[in-house]
Parts: sequence; structure tokens; C-alpha cells
Amino acid sequence: MTEEIIIAGFGGQGVLSMGKILAYSGIMQDQEVSWMPSYGPEMRGGTANVTVIVSDERISSPLLTDYDTAIILNQQSMDKFESTVKPGGTLLYDPNGIIKHPTRTDINIYKVAAAKEAADMGNPRGFNMIVLGAYLKVKPIVKMENVSKGLKKSLPERHHHTIPMNEKAFARGLEIVEAI
Amino acid sequence: MSEIRLMKGNEAIGEAAILCGADAYYAYPITPQSEIVEYLTLQQPEKRTGMVVLQAESEVASINMVYGAAAGGKRSFTTSSSPGMSLMQEGLSYIAGAELPCVVVNVVRGGPGLGTIQPSQADYFQTVKGGGHGDYKLITLAPASVQEMADFVPLAFELAFKYRNPAMILTDGVIGQMMEKVQFPEQTPRLTDEEITEKYPWATFGRKGGRERNIITSLNLKSELQEQFNIKLQAKYREVEKNEVRYEKIQCDDAEYLFVAYGSSARTCQKTIELARAEGIKVGLLRPITLYPYPYKAIDDMTSQVKGILSVEMSAGQMVEDVRLAVNGKVKVEHYGRMGGMVSSPGEILEALKTKIIEG
Repeated sequence: MTEEIIIAGFGGQGVLSMGKILAYSGIMQDQEVSWMPSYGPEMRGGTANVTVIVSDERISSPLLTDYDTAIILNQQSMDKFESTVKPGGTLLYDPNGIIKHPTRTDINIYKVAAAKEAADMGNPRGFNMIVLGAYLKVKPIVKMENVSKGLKKSLPERHHHTIPMNEKAFARGLEIVEAI
Repeated sequence: MSEIRLMKGNEAIGEAAILCGADAYYAYPITPQSEIVEYLTLQQPEKRTGMVVLQAESEVASINMVYGAAAGGKRSFTTSSSPGMSLMQEGLSYIAGAELPCVVVNVVRGGPGLGTIQPSQADYFQTVKGGGHGDYKLITLAPASVQEMADFVPLAFELAFKYRNPAMILTDGVIGQMMEKVQFPEQTPRLTDEEITEKYPWATFGRKGGRERNIITSLNLKSELQEQFNIKLQAKYREVEKNEVRYEKIQCDDAEYLFVAYGSSARTCQKTIELARAEGIKVGLLRPITLYPYPYKAIDDMTSQVKGILSVEMSAGQMVEDVRLAVNGKVKVEHYGRMGGMVSSPGEILEALKTKIIEG
């Protein structure tokens, strides 16, 4: 199994942390992982994206031009990455702020209203965990118990008190994802 | 070995340096290597091992601080990215001329000039063909994974001290910024002052017991003597070339075509090999791990088997000159690479293999 994923959105949405939690979850079940961020001026406001690969085999290139899954969290990223999903691949997006919805018919499209849900839950910082839950519902590439372990590993100890809130958000993501 | 950790290549350099018993780190921040400075500052290794971490006022200052610490037999190192490395060239030439061991890491970004902060491999010439003035060489290691970033720090120190010569880890923004699994060895204690005095009799460590003064300098105004020194230096480099060539061959057994690529380009070429072989094109990869000494012979040996070689590097074509020297006209050699911070994609490399080598 090899899953090549792009996660793209605004800086501050937790795109890079979500990728890190996913990568750590892969490590928890003895898989090979890579995490390659876009770095530079975009992290100071603007778009941010990260390529995550989880595989049973040694990973060749950490940078890719097409993906099994694109997780898209703003319009700029939709414009840039909708076309990069491999035929038969998966596109998961949050409709919040999306003006031009995806139009491809050769891929599987899902949506998760994570921004709205995070606000309703009074936990705006749980946004990325809702998205991660939605993604792993659609593509269960890592076991749920390993996500908990991965979460714990990727958070510094001073943030461990947020784990229950994050797990709640994750569980909500599993429930609210919808196929289009 | 430690538990498996998920770390950036840059952070792995910092951790590996502490664990291998480095004494001192002097550096100035610059993207895309700043995580090394940040990691070592946050880790406070002065509390773990007594290692010094100092943010210098400039790259010129950091390389000269390294020079000073190295003269005392200390394991010292600095890190930077391309524009900062240009500032260090004078110091590197002096350190090589003074025959001192140290480690320097260049996390290359796109140039020339201030350029861009995105990944590049266009500092190849600067690193292996001089950079600074005079007939000197830098032992150069090119990691292609986060694990190799960690592994090559102790290796670079070992080679630097074995040959009393600066050793360079030449990497780029991809390997520096990406996170992968990495494991570290146990802590190696730093050498005590007594151990340094005993192991490195050349070190200027305070004259005890009436021995001759140790003089560390790169200045020799008598040209006859300076020529003798150069002859000795060249003999040392021939030893390095004999003993220290390192490379990796990937899917070369049945290869009809060959990629030569190092660092992150070697990773992209491995993906390209998957795509090419799915189309029935038998291509392999020879990955130089040491860029100086360069694996000329290993590449030459492949000429009896392959019909053509594509050198892949994020540059206008620098390493390709060494591939051509190795091959000496026996098979076709071409270069492919994006420039100025753009990273070549596997699809582009496959297309270049077809148009420049297979059909060309």
C-alpha cells in the first residue's frame, strides 16, 4: 500500500500539523512515511501545503506532481490541486469559502464542513482533526488507535491537555463526511 | 539505537551533532537551514554535553570561530545556505590550508546572488571545484534522506579528523525541510582536554612539559616551502580518493540506461525509475554519496552495460562535467535539471531521458 496525499489550505489552519499527525500515525504501525512542506513566505499568511506519503515500502521521491488524495481547504488550493488528483483518486474538501466547486467526474469527491463544525463545537482549533477524521473515514489507511498514538507523539507535552478535545473533533469528522 | 522519531533533515543534523560529541557550533540563520540553529538553540546542548552553541554576527565570523576551535583540536562545525556559504569561502580555504578538521553543512537554495529560498543543487562547483582560492579540496558527503543527514554528521567528523581537512555535508532545501523516520545512536561523550592532547598532538592546546610550539597557519612566505606543503596536501588528497569513495547503485543490474544523481534529485530519479520501468524502459540509478572524492570509476564501469547516461541535478549542469570526465566519450551523457529553486518532477525527468538519451 502506498498513499500519496497533498493537504493544502491557508497558513494557520493546521495543515502542516495534520500532515505530521498522519505521518506519526503511519510510523506507529511500522510504515514508511515522508512529510514535505511548502516552506517560505507563504507560511506568513497565504497558502500552505504539505505532501505526505504513507507506504509499506521505501519511499522514493518526497515531492510529487499527482496524488492519490487531495485534501483541499481553500479556493486557491482547489484551483491549484483539483487537476493533480490521479484518475480514480480522492478529493476531500471543506466547502467553506469555496466558490468554484470541483467538477471532475473521474475521481471520488467528498466534502466535510469542518470549519462550520469546529465553530459549532466551540473548538475552532479542532478544525484540522475534523478534516483528518473525515479523511480516514474515506481512506482508512491507518488504524484509529494509531491516530491517538500519533497525535500524542506529534504534540509537545505542554499541549497534551488538548488531546481529549482533539479526539472529540476527530470523531466528529468521521461522522459528518459526505460523498458527493 | 534510539526509538524511531519523525524529524526534519535540518533537526536531525542538530541532534546528530550533539550525540556524536561535537564541542562547538557557530552559525548565522538563513532559510532553508535555520531549523539547525533553532533546534540547537532550543535543545541547549550546553546542559546535555557542554557543547557550545553560539549565534555569530555573520557567516564570516562563524567560519572563523570554527577555525579557532578546530585549531584547539575541538570538534566544531557550522551550517548555512548558499549566500552564507559564499561568505565562508575565504575561511574554508584558510582552514584547508592550515590542515584543520571541521564540518560544514550547506543546505543549498537557488542562486545566484540572494536568489530564492527554494531547493537547488547549483553549489556543486563551489563545493567540489574550489570555491575558495588555492589547491584544496573539501571531503563532500551528499545525504539523500533524513536518516543520512543524521548518519553523515559523525561520519563527516570522522573523515575530517582522519585527514585533518574540512568536510562538507552538501544537501538542499528538500532534504533539510522534509520529515522522515530517523534513529540515532547512543550519546558519544565529548573528548576531555587530556584526550584531545593525546589524540591530536598538532592541536594548539597550551604547551605543557616543554614540547615544541605547535604553529597553526596557512601562511608560508617561502614559496619553495609552500610548494612542499602543496605536494604533501596533494598526497593526502590522493589517499582520500583511494579510500573514501562512496556511492549507491539502485536497479542497475539489468539497466540499459543510467541516471546519475545525488541528494534529493536521487530520490526524484527513484520515482522516475518506477515510472520508466512500468513502460518497459530499463533504467537504473548510480547515486554518488561522496561528491569529493567522486565515484569516477564506478560510473566508468557502467559504460560497458548502458547505452546512455542522464545526469540529473537541480542546476544548469554542473555535476554532468564529472560524469563526462568519468565516461570519457564512451557513451552519450546529457544533463537535465530545473534551476533557481524549481524542483524537477519525475515526469519531466522521464521525458528528458526519452528525448535526450533514448531518442537523441
